[in-house]
Amino acid sequence: MSTDTPVHEGPGILVERPFPAAARDALKDAQLRRNIGKATTTIRAKRRNAVAEMPDWEALRDAGYAIKRDALRRLDENLLKLDASVTAAGGTVHWARDGAEANRIVGDILAGHGAEEVLKIKSLTTDETGLNGALEARGIDAIETDLAEVIVQKGGDRSSHILVPAIHRNRAEIRAIFKRELPDTDDLTDDPKALTAAARRYLREKFMTVPCAVSGANFAVAETGSVAIFESEGNGRMCLTLPRVLITVMGIEKVVPRWDDMAAFLQLLPRSSTAERMNPYNSVWSGTRAGEGPEEFHLVLLDNGRTAVLADEAARDTLNCIRCSACLNICPVYERTGGRAYGSTYPGPIGAILTPQLDPSAEAATLPFASSLCGACYEVCPVKIDIPRILVHLRSKANAAKGTTGEALAMAAMARVFGSERLYALAQRAVAVGQRPFVRDGQIRALPGPLAGWTAMRDLAPVPKQSFRGWWAERKR
Amino acid sequence: MSAARDAILGRIRAALGDAPAEAPVPRSFRRAGTADRAALIAGFAEKASAYRVRVELCGAAEVAATAARLLGERGHVRLAVPAGLPAGFAPEGFDLVPDEGLDRATLSAVDGVITACACAIAQTGTIVLDHGAGQGRRALTLLPDYHLCIVEAGRIVDLVPEAVARMEPAVKAGRPLTFISGPSATSDIELSRVEGVHGPRTLDVIVVRDA
Repeated sequence: MSTDTPVHEGPGILVERPFPAAARDALKDAQLRRNIGKATTTIRAKRRNAVAEMPDWEALRDAGYAIKRDALRRLDENLLKLDASVTAAGGTVHWARDGAEANRIVGDILAGHGAEEVLKIKSLTTDETGLNGALEARGIDAIETDLAEVIVQKGGDRSSHILVPAIHRNRAEIRAIFKRELPDTDDLTDDPKALTAAARRYLREKFMTVPCAVSGANFAVAETGSVAIFESEGNGRMCLTLPRVLITVMGIEKVVPRWDDMAAFLQLLPRSSTAERMNPYNSVWSGTRAGEGPEEFHLVLLDNGRTAVLADEAARDTLNCIRCSACLNICPVYERTGGRAYGSTYPGPIGAILTPQLDPSAEAATLPFASSLCGACYEVCPVKIDIPRILVHLRSKANAAKGTTGEALAMAAMARVFGSERLYALAQRAVAVGQRPFVRDGQIRALPGPLAGWTAMRDLAPVPKQSFRGWWAERKR
Repeated sequence: MSAARDAILGRIRAALGDAPAEAPVPRSFRRAGTADRAALIAGFAEKASAYRVRVELCGAAEVAATAARLLGERGHVRLAVPAGLPAGFAPEGFDLVPDEGLDRATLSAVDGVITACACAIAQTGTIVLDHGAGQGRRALTLLPDYHLCIVEAGRIVDLVPEAVARMEPAVKAGRPLTFISGPSATSDIELSRVEGVHGPRTLDVIVVRDA
């Protein structure tokens, strides 16, 4: 779990291990838990303040939800309009059915320019498609320019948070990575200012010389052909402004119909994600423009499983997500396991519903169970995705796919017991006696056989010697 | 290429089937504020300051002198300026370099840049550039390490939706926009905020009260 973690080069949606196994390993890493716990506690408090300032926050959430619902209901129309308006503004639009097709399109454009290097703005979508690895196979070096992505890339591991990907690293770890990987860092201290300055020096030279860049998109506006990127550091502005060629890869769900829709998202996204009134830089551009920004602009519209999500009415709202990460920061499961345990570009509660819909593997199907269903994620979601409801829906789908299991049999037996007063009273007495060998200091720490799974992660309070019903019957006498 | 487009559109139409239309989008959030000019100026100054922006207030006749004082205190001498910067905004006694297609090396080497803005937002302390006259192309306010932005008070709106509405004609005309809220910043290392990653490390703002 430290700097010797192997380089992650495959697609970001490729859950290799079931969540319980990955989580068990993550829980053993005390440093990771401390780093994440500290970060999520800080950002939760900041977000609460940023939202409390807004008397119309609930009205904004309602608007955000409805705009996305409506945009998705007319997705075909909106994408065709976007295609036409971007083309009219001097851009070129490409459509990609899956990640491999998107990677091929991007690789072909870059190869056409003889590119050996390409600058990258942090993008979940290109992480999802495994673009960096695909480009590497074609001899093109993808250079991440977001500070956290530099830390993750140079440290040879993978992101643990969708907004602050290096949240699992502390300053000492980052210093060690930079000293090893960046030039002129002999005297580097672990002061965040000094670490940031080292990254600035390294990247400045890249911004000034590399002629091609790849970005994702936060939003695209169908009627105007505008694409928007929200960011903090200015690496985005550099990549969007200086290179001669810009390629933007966006999931098809990012399109909204009208410019006016940005009135809602310009408020919802910054306060939910970085917990600021506004993030430092938002850039909006439409196609190309003489004397301003890139001379060549490509927009790649990616499906990669999104249309399948759209087809499941009970889970469709998953596509409302604007990738703010508020649900990660509030989630008790995420706080303890960190993001890498989810094995996907998309960790946390949103990842627990999005990943299994994009990745049909049995490993990914364990993710909807990585939740306590406490509902906090729904409360903070700026576009009102009812994540707990979708989790339950996906759990039942996963269980149906598994067929009859021990768990299903046990549940059926439980249903019989709970359905009969006589069986229930009998069972209560049986458990009160049967549990005795397992109670230590008033707690059950380990159960035998198939029940061991329950106590692997938690202690169990024993059933009291006397039941309420027994006490009530005695009292009436 | 069009095979992919047809396939994706086909999947979308199959996925949506004959699902009913969505209800009209409720837009009952605040669309316009009620603050008067003094409150807008105070609000903008307070929110911008929260991002460690230095905000100075002055009258229309004092802009150049105020800029000169600020630049003097900062020790900046050589400033890039965009075409169309109002004459009254240019401080005297400084080396002002007009941006007539300055190359990147020159832009990186100047002490800073002086621009106007298209509008500003009191609710968030944001300045908005549509890169028209007096604001320059996007690279101009990106490569120099210092940005002095002059905000005429009449351009300050209260709420984000008002700025979005005000910028609609520019967007529809195909102009790029840059929303700037404080200097470049990162919180990637233990969530401790560090200013100045790639954009200007320092942002100063002069608000012109009576313009």
